[in-house]
Amino acid sequence: MNKRALTSLLLLLTVAAFLLSLMAGKVWIWPSSWAADNADGWIFLELRLPRALLGLCIGAVLGLSGAVMQGYLRNPLADPTVLGVSASAALGGVGAIYLGLNMLPFGLFACAMLGAGASILLLLAISRGGGPMGFILGGMVLSTLAGALTAFVISIAPNPFAASEIINWLMGALTDRLMADVWTALPFMALGVALLLSTGRALDALTLGENGAKSLGVNLFRLQWIIVLGVGLAVGASVAVSGVVGFVGLIVPHLIRAIYGEQPSKILLPSALGGAILTLTADSLVRLVPGPSEVRLGIAMAVLGAPFFLLLLLRYRKGAA
Amino acid sequence: MTLTVRNLGFAHTGRPTLEGIDATFESGKLTVILGPNGAGKSTLLACLAGLLEPQTGTASLHDTDITRMPPTDRARHIGLLPQGAETHWAISSKALVALGRIPHMRGAGTSADDRRAIAAAMSATATEDFADRPVTQLSGGERARVLLARVLAGEPSWILADEPLANLDPGFQLDILNLLQQQAKAGKGVVAVLHDLHHAVRFADHIVLLHKGRLFTQGSVEDVITAANLAHVYGIDANLFKDEEGAVQLFIKGKVRS
Repeated sequence: MNKRALTSLLLLLTVAAFLLSLMAGKVWIWPSSWAADNADGWIFLELRLPRALLGLCIGAVLGLSGAVMQGYLRNPLADPTVLGVSASAALGGVGAIYLGLNMLPFGLFACAMLGAGASILLLLAISRGGGPMGFILGGMVLSTLAGALTAFVISIAPNPFAASEIINWLMGALTDRLMADVWTALPFMALGVALLLSTGRALDALTLGENGAKSLGVNLFRLQWIIVLGVGLAVGASVAVSGVVGFVGLIVPHLIRAIYGEQPSKILLPSALGGAILTLTADSLVRLVPGPSEVRLGIAMAVLGAPFFLLLLLRYRKGAA
Repeated sequence: MTLTVRNLGFAHTGRPTLEGIDATFESGKLTVILGPNGAGKSTLLACLAGLLEPQTGTASLHDTDITRMPPTDRARHIGLLPQGAETHWAISSKALVALGRIPHMRGAGTSADDRRAIAAAMSATATEDFADRPVTQLSGGERARVLLARVLAGEPSWILADEPLANLDPGFQLDILNLLQQQAKAGKGVVAVLHDLHHAVRFADHIVLLHKGRLFTQGSVEDVITAANLAHVYGIDANLFKDEEGAVQLFIKGKVRS
């Protein structure tokens, strides 16, 4: 199958996963009642539609960011979390819940974006002039620091309810989101995605190493800025609306590479589509698991993702041997 | 057409690696940069390639300061084969060669010019047979040719090669040297950092000999490769003689006894 047919297939699957996410749940809502003026129509418009739209956007953002980070660092184990943006945005969100700012409209979102923004500025300051290695060390330090501060905030939570609310939010989910959440997050994600999609050629050049890329006229300093801003805005916004959803950014580029080959520019758009498909499907499945409360998407993704990734690794090692 | 460095100096974290280098590299010649480890060969090449900005003096291409050139412009004129033969993803040989066209690409996809240059580069290096094989599955000799084809695909007027023979068997080393010589004969300026004196003696049109960050001497093979120079710079005791065809031959007997 050629690449164009494959991409069409991925697009088709994305649409299918999106439709599934609109319909699936404790109550199935078929397209016939989407515009109906009854409980089903209300659930569709107020709950399902924003949830599916966020799943689509967050999945695409995470898949794309993962592909860009792996290409930039030339390391298949990298993912968007290595920059520390997710952890910093999460810290911002946790701080908002602790201070009760999440009661204000957009309070949680604004605080999480503030966390993401601070991490962007810090990263750019830390990595000035340094290559990817300084950059990644900075990201890991930032990630650890934000993680520790998050744990600290949880430990000083005034009561068990606050602590459990924080932990619940941290685990990542798309439940009970409103169209307002979609509209606030979308501009940041769109800008981030546009920046990240522009990195393809520079990432390709990095296949030849840093000196090879520079000799081809690639400005590595500018590339670093684009990636920090792109990942920071897009992933920051997605953490701000959904908490931390792991694994998508790590796994999806691997699956896409197995189909599309390893050229970094060729897997950017497909990784965005793949991320959307995976997230939408997983988020539909967690709604269908019977039980008193829904499995958190972040947990489901890790529980499903980790064994899958191990399987992939085993197969890969067998292939390499 | 020349690449020129004037009073060039560069220091890595305070320690001077190059000082007061004056040298001229000419088109149509294969210039070899020689010198012991740490003499500053790669630093000089990096300054010529525009990867490093000289801290004193200038490196210029036909009177234009290389560090002032827009990176894409510079990349079209000066191609670099970096040290280490890095290839990070298992992309096909042809896709790797196509990376050499990046400085010429505008918008998405490849132009007819791009495709012609890629085909010409692969034909010149005899790499067409494994065009579709992933570069990670090639032998060292094949990969070295593909990486050189990548540089040629950019159609630069200058080819700079930093230790292009590292980790290659003798036969493959000669393949690469022959290709570089061919490019010089076709009118390009070729500058290569080499370690093997035998190769330098046999292939160089011009030699720049560095010693402890300074230019020791430069000139033709006969001028530069003398027993006295080799003893002073490398600490080796070498016999030099002309063979029946009049070419300089080198035999290294051992270290100089001090």
